[in-house]
Amino acid sequence: MQEFFQALTTGLADGSIYASLALALVLIYKATEVINFAQGEMAMFTTYIAYALFTHEHFGHTLSYWPMFFLTLAIAFVFGVGLQRIVIRPLEQASVLTVVMATIALLVILQGLAAWIWSPELKFFPSPFPTSTWVIGGVHISKQDVGTFGVTIACVVVLWLFFRFTKLGLAMRAGAVNRAAARLMGVRTSWLLALGWGLAAVLGAVSGMMSAPTQFLSPTMMDAVLIFAFAGAVLGGLESPVGAVAGGLGLGVLLSMLSTYVHVITPELRLPVALLILLVVLLVRPAGLFGHVVVRRV
Amino acid sequence: MKLPLGYLGFGALVVAVVVTPLLSTHYRTFQFAFVGIYLIALLGLNILTGFTGQISLGHGAFMGIGAYTTTILVVDHGWNNLLTLPVAGIVTGAVGLAFGLPATRFAGPYLALATFAIPLAFIGVLKRFPHFTGGTLGKQLSPLRSELGLHTNPSLWIYIVSWVVALLMLAVAWFTVQGRFGRALRSVRDSEIAATANGVSTAGMKTLAFGISAFFCGVAGGLFAMAVTFVNPDTFPIDLSILLLVGVVLGGAGSLGGMVFGALFVEFIRITWGPALLDLFGHVHHINTRAPGSSLVVYGVVLLLVLYVAPAGVAGLVRRVATGRRSVAAWAKPQAAPAQDQA
Repeated sequence: MQEFFQALTTGLADGSIYASLALALVLIYKATEVINFAQGEMAMFTTYIAYALFTHEHFGHTLSYWPMFFLTLAIAFVFGVGLQRIVIRPLEQASVLTVVMATIALLVILQGLAAWIWSPELKFFPSPFPTSTWVIGGVHISKQDVGTFGVTIACVVVLWLFFRFTKLGLAMRAGAVNRAAARLMGVRTSWLLALGWGLAAVLGAVSGMMSAPTQFLSPTMMDAVLIFAFAGAVLGGLESPVGAVAGGLGLGVLLSMLSTYVHVITPELRLPVALLILLVVLLVRPAGLFGHVVVRRV
Repeated sequence: MKLPLGYLGFGALVVAVVVTPLLSTHYRTFQFAFVGIYLIALLGLNILTGFTGQISLGHGAFMGIGAYTTTILVVDHGWNNLLTLPVAGIVTGAVGLAFGLPATRFAGPYLALATFAIPLAFIGVLKRFPHFTGGTLGKQLSPLRSELGLHTNPSLWIYIVSWVVALLMLAVAWFTVQGRFGRALRSVRDSEIAATANGVSTAGMKTLAFGISAFFCGVAGGLFAMAVTFVNPDTFPIDLSILLLVGVVLGGAGSLGGMVFGALFVEFIRITWGPALLDLFGHVHHINTRAPGSSLVVYGVVLLLVLYVAPAGVAGLVRRVATGRRSVAAWAKPQAAPAQDQA
């Protein structure tokens, strides 16, 4: 029983990281039908910025964790908006394939820049949570897992509130449903796309800072996380934000359970298994578990 | 006047292939052998990306499958090097088909997304089954010796083998994109709806294109293993897959001749051109132009510039100079936006 609950909490913590990155992917995908391949690298890069903020002295003293955390989120937002304005916007009239290629170029550039500026060696990244555990009814629950889960899900909820209850959020949803109509209603859709990139970058920064303490900081640290996030997003349906979060969490728990109970699946096989799940889901339900089939008319 | 650019280009390529080793050192010859190897891989990926309009970020791993097939057959089963090449191609092609079968049922971004996982999954599988693949240590091939009664040095021999195979595969690629089959491939790229309406099975064509492109990469991988005489999981990182895709776009997606430029780029950008380009700026700003990651930045920026300025790649530029007409890469043209209905 204890084994089960430990697998569950670890799975939920991992899953929440996948969920926030999956949500970031869905944000951009819903608005533009572009899969942002640079999403993981944006997360990695902002985590390096957090690292730089944390390790350098500013006016004689260093920042403590939470000011650094929120400052990084703000920087990430500006970073995301800037990338969209500078790199993606010139390709507004181009095909989806071209924009996808541009995000791949971004992936390469950010990964190269991180290695160039901070060297490719692994770096230690601090966690705001203690490494101790709570014992509830004989079950050890890691405070780190609970904290990671709490922070990530809190960010997701804040984002949901923004989309649900603010006028800007409504405008963004309108732009995603029908860009031309939204523009005719006076919504400045081009800037909304930049806003979407900014929010996606913030979600990425959260997932990056939450996953860095357990797997160390490196230029390639988000490669695998991005694929788990992709798989989670597809599991839930690329069109559905709720699906992306549920898909990410579900995948985290599923992988954690599999590696606890199925001994053939060693850590090396986590990714192949995720890929297999992805393919099976695409075969059985191409629109994902929460998505709906889109009929195209000529 | 219409210039027969294709024939002129092919003639020039054959002459260049014959002359290059005469003018090069052993090391350069060895590098140019890799150009031939990458050319094969790019021709394959181009059939998928340039002609069928599907992005793949996993074809470096298909080279890996070919390389491991060759290595395992030679080291563990005592096969002749050259005889393993068709097997490497067929095994990889079969894996490509098996993967493409589910993956290509889906439109646009889903395929690129699924292929992104292949290189990482491939590395995971290699490490999980070490008794078969050699695990993290990899496997060592004995250095290549010239055969068929020729007594050349190893660099020249791998050069000859690579380019003979590359020219052969160029012909295969040319026949693949001709006629009815080629038109069907391009129709999938240009408009899936129109393709379906004309009786083309889009899923079937995508799967076939995936299998064919994997076959090419498998052959390239087999040659790659012979050339480097060593394979391990780090030989085929995700960077290689990305670099192949960059090579296709830069050379000119949808153009066979353009892949020669793409292959030159793939071979030389990391160790020769990238640092040289950076040095131009490095003197001014005192930056370390040999730092890890610097070449990644260079080819990422080059890719972006190509997308902005010349989406038809080098092939498009050549065609423009030769014919005076500006051509837009067919793959980069936006598809007519279909009306959407939610059911």
